[in-house]
Amino acid sequence: MLKSQSGLAAAEDHAVRDAFLLTLAAFLTLSIYSFLYGDNPFYRFAEHLFVGISAAYWMCQGFWSTIVGNFIPRTLPSFAEYFQVPYKGFSWHYLIPVALGIILLMRLVPKLSWISRWPLAFIIGTTAGLNLPRYLQSDFIQQMNNTFISILPDWQGIGPFFSTLSLSAEGQLAMIATNLVIFVGVICGLIYFFFSKEHKGAFGVASRIGIWVLMVTFGASFGYTVMGRISLLVGRITFLFHDWLNIL
Amino acid sequence: MGFVISAIVIGGGLLWILIRSLQGKDVDRRVVFTFIGITVCLAVLFQLKFGESATPIVKAAFDKIEQLPAGSKIVISYDFDPAMAPEVHPMANAFVRHALAKKHKIYFFSLWATGQSLLEVTVQDILKKEFPDARYGIDYCNMGYKAGNEGVLNVVITDIRKMYPGDVNGTPLDSLPMMADVKSLKDMDLLISIGGGKPGVKEWVLFAGDRGGIPTAGGAAAVSTPLLYPYYPRQLVGLLGGTKGAAEYESELIKRYPQFANIDTPALQMMGPQTMAHVVIVAFIIIGNVSYFRSRRKKVTNG
Repeated sequence: MLKSQSGLAAAEDHAVRDAFLLTLAAFLTLSIYSFLYGDNPFYRFAEHLFVGISAAYWMCQGFWSTIVGNFIPRTLPSFAEYFQVPYKGFSWHYLIPVALGIILLMRLVPKLSWISRWPLAFIIGTTAGLNLPRYLQSDFIQQMNNTFISILPDWQGIGPFFSTLSLSAEGQLAMIATNLVIFVGVICGLIYFFFSKEHKGAFGVASRIGIWVLMVTFGASFGYTVMGRISLLVGRITFLFHDWLNIL
Repeated sequence: MGFVISAIVIGGGLLWILIRSLQGKDVDRRVVFTFIGITVCLAVLFQLKFGESATPIVKAAFDKIEQLPAGSKIVISYDFDPAMAPEVHPMANAFVRHALAKKHKIYFFSLWATGQSLLEVTVQDILKKEFPDARYGIDYCNMGYKAGNEGVLNVVITDIRKMYPGDVNGTPLDSLPMMADVKSLKDMDLLISIGGGKPGVKEWVLFAGDRGGIPTAGGAAAVSTPLLYPYYPRQLVGLLGGTKGAAEYESELIKRYPQFANIDTPALQMMGPQTMAHVVIVAFIIIGNVSYFRSRRKKVTNG
């Protein structure tokens, strides 16, 4: 009897806690959207809370996954035991990134902030070094390779072309049209950015087509951005109606 | 009925704004926000739905999972945060459902700290409820988050254990049966990254897919989708763009797997409000242009 009563009390506590958290989330959602009316203290409070919690969350996850997950097992057995991770033997070279990390924090000490430039230089150097070959290979060479496409893909002759004439994306007509758009679009887009020759005559026409290609691209990007923002709005309104107000 | 009420309310409002614009009165931006807000609220309340069918780029991702033999190794990386979740979490859930229905093995990764906790939502809501027979360490495992962005991929493409001595709970990888024949990402049959920032789909293509010759698919937030289209079809086998891509995948999943007929389909539900909101935005663009050309003609007429 006593056990069931304590169970009920615990369930009630959980219900109260959940209701409070849901209401807090709803309040923060409305606070963020209040910016659409104008800047106000509710918006600033929610924004600061969001930024602070995000930074703290990333730091905690980084500490437990990287410092505790990778570094602690390579220090002392007592450390590993304290954090309840399997000890993997001492490795001195794991101390290097830890030292660089501590030096990076010297930014917080004005007199010693100059030392933090060393690990920063290391980070920038290694990132650039890692990225350069990958971007060159996958973003530059491979992307050029992707543009070398046949205008008439899998051409099976005029007979099959007309017999499978369809506007579906798998149809030969649509594939030829797609490849032609890529071919003309890339050429005209490049011509638009070629400033060593005056944009007149046929060159000027190609340049203007290039502008249209760019405009269509920007329009598609804008359309996707609108879709993204509306999706977030739908997500928050669904939360308010379904989870908070429970009217769905 | 819901659609008719929504159409009357929204249409009436737009007509009122058109008349005001033609009278030369400015429309405050708050009116635009309010209209979009009301439109979305009505569509959510009345749960308006429109049909979806998979486009080739989404179908290609679906077919890739479909064609892999049962027991294939698939990486699903949660590279997103709660701000992106309404768009990309439905994709992640659909990929997980599909992969488990095909009896593939799933290796969960996360290059974003926030992805790890959102992955836990999938584990609790999808894996444990809909696939109670799926066993941890045999059918799926969670590698968790590691700091280092593309640096992490640079290491795991040659040796996973160098970066991940254990899984998310610290369990040594060698004690997980599904890791027995896995040394690096090169042993995987398909990589799927779901995200919309950096690191995300692009980094998986550049640092893992291309480098290791591993087929890679992606699911991206709408904002970053246009930047990823150039990688399809040679560097990305398929791509899901925003809520639309997620909805298309959900519709394909329901069509091909009758057991998912009654599952929760958040992306499909989101497309109703999405469509209505887009119609309102297009209407505002038309009203703005009509108003602009009318005022210009007036100026010309008045000299």
